[in-house]
Amino acid sequence: MPETVTATSDIAVAPISLWRRGINSFATFASAAAVVVVLLPLGAVFGYLIYKGIGSINWAFLTQIPKPVGETGGGMANAIAGSAWILLIASTMGVPIGIGAGIYLAEYGRHRFGDVIRFTADVLNGVPSIVVGIVAYAIVVLSQGHFSALAGGVALAIMMIPTIARTTEEMLLLVPNTVREAAYGLGVSRWRTTLSITLRTATSGVITGVMLAFARVAGETAPLLFTAFGNQYWNWKINQPTAALSLQIFTYAISPFDEWHRQAWAGALILIVLIVVAVSAVRVVASRGMLKGAN
Amino acid sequence: MGVGIKVEKLNAWFGKTQALYDISMEAPANHATAIIGPSGCGKSTFVRCLNRMHETVPDARATGRVRIGELDVYNGTAAVQIRRRIGMVFQKPNPFPTMSIYDNVAAGLKLNGFRDHARLDEIVERSLQLSALWDEVKDSLRKKSGASLSGGQQQRLCIARALAVEPQVLLMDEPCSALDPISTGKIEELIFQLKEKFTIVIVTHNMQQASRVAEFTGFFLLGKLIELDKTEKIFTTPSDKRTEDYITGRFG
Repeated sequence: MPETVTATSDIAVAPISLWRRGINSFATFASAAAVVVVLLPLGAVFGYLIYKGIGSINWAFLTQIPKPVGETGGGMANAIAGSAWILLIASTMGVPIGIGAGIYLAEYGRHRFGDVIRFTADVLNGVPSIVVGIVAYAIVVLSQGHFSALAGGVALAIMMIPTIARTTEEMLLLVPNTVREAAYGLGVSRWRTTLSITLRTATSGVITGVMLAFARVAGETAPLLFTAFGNQYWNWKINQPTAALSLQIFTYAISPFDEWHRQAWAGALILIVLIVVAVSAVRVVASRGMLKGAN
Repeated sequence: MGVGIKVEKLNAWFGKTQALYDISMEAPANHATAIIGPSGCGKSTFVRCLNRMHETVPDARATGRVRIGELDVYNGTAAVQIRRRIGMVFQKPNPFPTMSIYDNVAAGLKLNGFRDHARLDEIVERSLQLSALWDEVKDSLRKKSGASLSGGQQQRLCIARALAVEPQVLLMDEPCSALDPISTGKIEELIFQLKEKFTIVIVTHNMQQASRVAEFTGFFLLGKLIELDKTEKIFTTPSDKRTEDYITGRFG
């Protein structure tokens, strides 16, 4: 036996060659560089928005509606509220349907029909947003006879559903089957197990999926062009045309007025800040109930 | 009190593959019956048929008669009702990871609509005491997740969880195979005490374990029950040559 021991310790104390150490440092450096490349565009976008937009953000911008052309001042308060309103409508429809579809796919859809739904969801995910806007236009605007916040909400909901459904499915499938079996073994019914055990175990992942979908549609402009349409005034009615930040930014950015250009930059900055705030707020609230040692 | 188990002509399939052939046996109340046999012989499938967990696997089915006390398992009772009367402990500890220790133990009752909080506190404490975990976790019942415990503690937590619904029978599917000898010792000790209150069926790969904890032992081979007898007899003078070959280590 002593020989084996010596042999092992020989390997253990043998100096690591310069070549291997070099490779190690290079790999570490390369992955760190990749991180920088990933973060750089985000930092650049954010930095440029602050540089261009911060000057036009003031109390009036956040509380007033647009002034007529030629007058200075005014703000995007109605567009900020309109975006929040449309996103609320979209989430109310999209989140439950998306999560429900994800549950079906993960827990019941392990067959041909499930594959069809999965494929459909993936295709829907790749449909250009303007096409989704046309669909919402055909379904809601044409049947109602006018543009509305509801139509905008429907368009965004359609865009949220496939993302939420697929991430929910992935997250539920990550929950080990032994956890489901534990619940069945206690005499807990299948639907109860799905809602109270499987979905609950996957909560943080499902929330990530919802936030991803939310952040993605929050800045969408194309599907709102002929659904929510935009509005220069306040609107809280679900069946009336409604302003949205992205639409307002679009309109102002293509206008010939310098004042409007500055406001468009400010609007873009506000939009990004609001998305970051909303996503972080949900994260904080969701992590409240977490226990020590859980996941 | 535990009740006896009586199985008649139990057959089980996974899709087209038959896993159990005409199993008939009895496990007396308030005793431990061990099931031994080589891997893939149908031991786990057998215990999973007793509480109808077998049918939760897609394409799996079973026929035959299983009686747990007065309860006819495959006739006229819903599977969830059966499983509330029969506790199950699995091979790998499987606490609910996002629930506190307390909620893990209370899960079976809470999820089935039990709302009496004072009684629940009592039941959780009693179950954890029965599973010999109380002293180790009583200060962090609601603060720590079930997943934060060590493997051996997790398995005792799972036993407490199974006991909390007050079953009459406790099925254990290789409960110690993922545990170290000290934790195994604790769980075997536990099985000894639990016999006073429950009927136990324990699947095990470990023949020493069978001889330590069980009064009766059944030997399974290729989906058939070769013989079932007093543990002593199985390990000293088995009546079937195949049993003897297995326990003397000539195969399997």
